[in-house]
Amino acid sequence: MTGPVSPAGPREPQGVAPVSGPVEGAPAVIRTEGLTKRYGGIEAVRDLDLEVREGDLFGFLGPNGSGKTTTVRMLLGLVFPTAGRVELLGQPMPRAGRAVLAEVGSLVEGPAFYPHLSGRANLSLLDAAGPGGRRFDRRRRVGEALERVGLDSVGRRPVKAYSSGMRQRLGLAAALLRSPRLLVLDEPTNGLDPQGMREIRDLLVELVAGGATVFLSSHLLAEVELICTRAAIVHRGRLVVQDRVDALLAPTGRVRIGTPDPGRASELAGRLPGVELGEWRADCLVVQLDGTSPEALNRHLVAGGVPVRELVVERPSLEDVFLRLTGAEVPAAEATPRATRRREVPDAPG
Amino acid sequence: MLLVELRKLVRRPRTWVSIGLLAGLPTLVAVFLKITGIGPRPGEGPAFLGAVLSNGALFPAAALALVLPVFLPVAVSVMAGDAVAGEANHGTLRYLLIRPVGRTRLLVAKLAVTIVFVFLAVLVVAAVAFVVGATMFGVKPLPSVSGQTIAAQDATWRTVVTVVYVAWSMLGVAAIALFASTLTDSPLAAALGALAALVTSQVLDLLDAAASVKPYLPTHYWLSFVDLFRFPILWHGVVRGFAIQGVYILVFLGAGWANFATKDIKS
Repeated sequence: MTGPVSPAGPREPQGVAPVSGPVEGAPAVIRTEGLTKRYGGIEAVRDLDLEVREGDLFGFLGPNGSGKTTTVRMLLGLVFPTAGRVELLGQPMPRAGRAVLAEVGSLVEGPAFYPHLSGRANLSLLDAAGPGGRRFDRRRRVGEALERVGLDSVGRRPVKAYSSGMRQRLGLAAALLRSPRLLVLDEPTNGLDPQGMREIRDLLVELVAGGATVFLSSHLLAEVELICTRAAIVHRGRLVVQDRVDALLAPTGRVRIGTPDPGRASELAGRLPGVELGEWRADCLVVQLDGTSPEALNRHLVAGGVPVRELVVERPSLEDVFLRLTGAEVPAAEATPRATRRREVPDAPG
Repeated sequence: MLLVELRKLVRRPRTWVSIGLLAGLPTLVAVFLKITGIGPRPGEGPAFLGAVLSNGALFPAAALALVLPVFLPVAVSVMAGDAVAGEANHGTLRYLLIRPVGRTRLLVAKLAVTIVFVFLAVLVVAAVAFVVGATMFGVKPLPSVSGQTIAAQDATWRTVVTVVYVAWSMLGVAAIALFASTLTDSPLAAALGALAALVTSQVLDLLDAAASVKPYLPTHYWLSFVDLFRFPILWHGVVRGFAIQGVYILVFLGAGWANFATKDIKS
């Protein structure tokens, strides 16, 4: 994970306007009930109930091998469920696939193209292969999709000469080709540099603002934290949690007080009801609030003559939530954002 | 979808390389025959080749007899084996299916393109062989295998039936390869599977101990088109060949469809 994370904190991303999320009672765009897939004796996905509503930017999280890709494949009718139901845009999959999938753009397990053809020729073939869209404006559609992902200038080079970042962009262009109502994207920022990741994130937010719904399967927790309105976490094929991201990231009640005199601060704070003292170091003190507001604590300390340099209300990172709920070891790729997070609360224990 | 598959076929260098090679082999043989003037002795070597030296009009049939036992089935197996497994191997299969292209539709389009390729290959081989034969050996009224001459018009339709018969035989190969192609994500494995079936069939066809199954082997009647150049035509082998291939085509396409339509796409 090398994506830019603002020093101001992950919830106030730079450039990316937060999406407000769907209006109450918006219709479900993806709904699964009791979705189960068994391969031989192995249960890849078990009893999964997902609900993604129109206008969501939905983060679908899980460690590698947790059943994310199998779920995505079942949503799109590539893999047939052993049990349970999938509804896409209100219609049953895979039965209504022909009608429904025309309105869905997807990226599944990385982009794939005919290597000897140019990006433009690949998109044109893909556009021609399926239903809908008139032939005479195919060139325009392909051009627009390429422009959206910043590939309009690559010209006639065959795809085999593309870098992996360019392939990833081309995959996104293919997903965007038909102006889909729903985007199902599996790791869309894979292989992109930080600038590219940022552009794609901005693009997704823009698409949702334009009325599309995005289902973003990712193992990049920081990415999901940055842009998603709702998220689900799966672990070992089971749903662990599904909620609004801001609810998942609600304050923990832990407050870090930066002060040159933590001894006096802890003495004072300890007298306030609803404050449980935590650890303290040379220049800061951590407390757990329960029934007291941070404002009241601050007032109390300042009134008592403690110089308060800063007072930070700790929110869990998505990774903290993830770890708490799954008890899983975060693989190396997912663990990186932790460092970013910890810079804010240097003395808090892990 | 059919147009898309055709575009892919046409834009793929491999298509033209394999057809070029197929047409090249009989041409090479013709050059050797022309330079040395040594034909196979009557009754030996590939069909018609002995007669070609004196009459180029037989060369298309001779050329088909040259490529039919090995070269053409290999080319067809590779093409048809690649049909589904090649897309799976590239990862493009999933994107086609969620575009969406129905699975049955995709398979039908793949089959249609394979048919186009087979006919194209057979026709190009026959046409190139005709030109090569005519320029190198000259065209005379055809002597039939049985000794009488065959009139030019007569020869034309016999050649046309030959082309159709060979193409139909190759469709049997294509059906087996297409079935194999739905079983695996590796185009090589699919082509190999189809070739294994053909080699097995050809080996059994040589084995007296397997006499009871011989009439049902897919390769058994392949060369029966030679009988089309007899006088009168010996229809028995050709008709049986048509029928047997028809059964193979139906069974393997059915099996391929049944497998592909219900398969989890994990590529």
